[in-house]
Amino acid sequence: MRVDEPTATGYDNRTAFAEELAALARADDRIVAVCNDSVGSSNLGAFREEFPDRLINVGIAEQNMVGVGAGLASTGLIPFVCGAGPFITGRSTEQVKADVAYSQHPVILCGMSPGMAYGELGPTHHSVEDLSWMRALPGLDLIVPADRQQTRQAMRALVAEPRPTYMRIGRHKVPDVTNEGDTLVRGRIDVAVPGDDVAIIATGTLVSRALLASRQLAEAGLSARVLNAAWISPLDEATILDAARSTRAVVVAEEANTAGGLGAAVAQLVAGQGIGVRVVSLGLTEFAPTGSNDLLLEHFGLTSDNIVRVATNALEARGA
Amino acid sequence: MHTLIENTTGPMGGTMLTADLDQVARWQQERGRIAAADEPEQARLIHEAAQRLRRSVVRTIDSARAGHIGGDLSVSDILATLYLAVLDIDPADPSRPDRDRFIMSKGHCAAALYSALAQSGYFPTAELSTFMAPFSALNGHPNRNKVPGVETNTGPLGHGLPVAVGQAIGLRLQGRSNRVFVVTGDGEMQEGSNWEAIMSAAHYRLANLTLVVDRNRLQQGARTEDTNALDPLPERLAAFGCEVREIDGHDVTQLLTAFAPSTSGRPVAVVANTIKGKGVSFMEDRVEWHHKVPTAEQVTAALTELGESA
Repeated sequence: MRVDEPTATGYDNRTAFAEELAALARADDRIVAVCNDSVGSSNLGAFREEFPDRLINVGIAEQNMVGVGAGLASTGLIPFVCGAGPFITGRSTEQVKADVAYSQHPVILCGMSPGMAYGELGPTHHSVEDLSWMRALPGLDLIVPADRQQTRQAMRALVAEPRPTYMRIGRHKVPDVTNEGDTLVRGRIDVAVPGDDVAIIATGTLVSRALLASRQLAEAGLSARVLNAAWISPLDEATILDAARSTRAVVVAEEANTAGGLGAAVAQLVAGQGIGVRVVSLGLTEFAPTGSNDLLLEHFGLTSDNIVRVATNALEARGA
Repeated sequence: MHTLIENTTGPMGGTMLTADLDQVARWQQERGRIAAADEPEQARLIHEAAQRLRRSVVRTIDSARAGHIGGDLSVSDILATLYLAVLDIDPADPSRPDRDRFIMSKGHCAAALYSALAQSGYFPTAELSTFMAPFSALNGHPNRNKVPGVETNTGPLGHGLPVAVGQAIGLRLQGRSNRVFVVTGDGEMQEGSNWEAIMSAAHYRLANLTLVVDRNRLQQGARTEDTNALDPLPERLAAFGCEVREIDGHDVTQLLTAFAPSTSGRPVAVVANTIKGKGVSFMEDRVEWHHKVPTAEQVTAALTELGESA
């Protein structure tokens, strides 16, 4: 893991997704894409040009889209089913449950523009419940890549071993937080930065902010361990428990609702072990007001400054 | 716990049933006799098999003391015809890639599906007595990870047809000539997802897809036409782009004709007019037999009506 200063500029995972999907499809004719009129928003225009028969656009019909994905998978194909995060999870939750997770059809569900990426379009278009909803389904993997590299690696891993999966594909530029050559392993959470005062467990867009927070904390003499929780289900319990046992406070940061998301998973795990460490969960607790993605991240305290503040307070409350 | 483990209690956990090869052989012989027979004899043999399937349904529901007997009995001729004269399948090799696909979208009629699968040899018929028993592979709704021959897990309504559309597209993309059949209940056609799927089937001109609507005109609580009217169902399906065939769903000769491949290049929709509870006089067309369980006396009476030899 690299610890470069996160920058305002970067690369968007959606572009990496589109490039990787085409590259994978060139090498493997089992790969198909399914979408709900979202050729543009899923960045599938070039894929359609190159593989017109292998892009199945069912129109604005998400329940059918997920069922079609399950049917394609059941014939031996590897479908990447793409739709805006709120709709592919919310509108078709029962299809994800029955047709994908319970049936164990190896469909790769791609939630495009997740979190609050749609900013001013509002809570109808925000996908902040997806981690809670999808995490509740047995037999469904959950991946939130933090950068373009992890996006590509997740896709390669899934093509090598197709399995029912929901993965988030961000639309905004994010800095690289991993290096080419770093490997993403199913069910393993990487320790991006070592440390033993506080653990920051971040996912997706929050990883770069957590890395920045760790640098700020270091300047204040506190060592923060940063975990990049990309492959969330199945959960890497060992790495999380080690972080909780080795530090005096845990902060979890996710662009998602705190009810049932990664923070809830960590708190349940840590409390279940009787580890007396405070677990603070940063995320959404209500529908977002009108604002840009950046403004809303700030509004809900999903910034490096707030991670520093919360981590410091947690350590003080503990009497550090 | 605390270790990274595969999900051991989920859908992939437990044991998958396996084929009864002797039963597969008997099923193949029966298929051979039917294929070699003339048309009236074919119809007679398949009708006989459907009655046998109905008796299996009654016994299965009697042993579980639960089930959805009315819809099981209405769909029995459809299932017997498909499994004995139409589907290109091999119960000894249930995941053969070049098989036809059959999806029972009305998953609550699992007792009928399980009976058809067992009589085809996908698993031993003795297993039917475990229907809905604790930890049985034969759940109240079918699970493909436990029961060979089940293509996808159904139960919530409006799920089978979208999956069938995906299978039809997938088979065509791979250059396979296999066909996909899906049976829905008629009440189930009130689900919007079915109409999303029909639009896709027509748009993609899925001539390899046949939808069969078990049109028994009763849903759980009342008549379909008194609940959320479906008629004119054949016209609606035609307007959505299907090649529609409306038939008597208990007439085997008509079923065989209706299950012939598409002649238009469009998906086929068979509206099979049926009677809920068909074959048992006191159950026929009576809404309460959606999931009522017969008493011991009623079981005996039903089996007698269904031709059980003394």
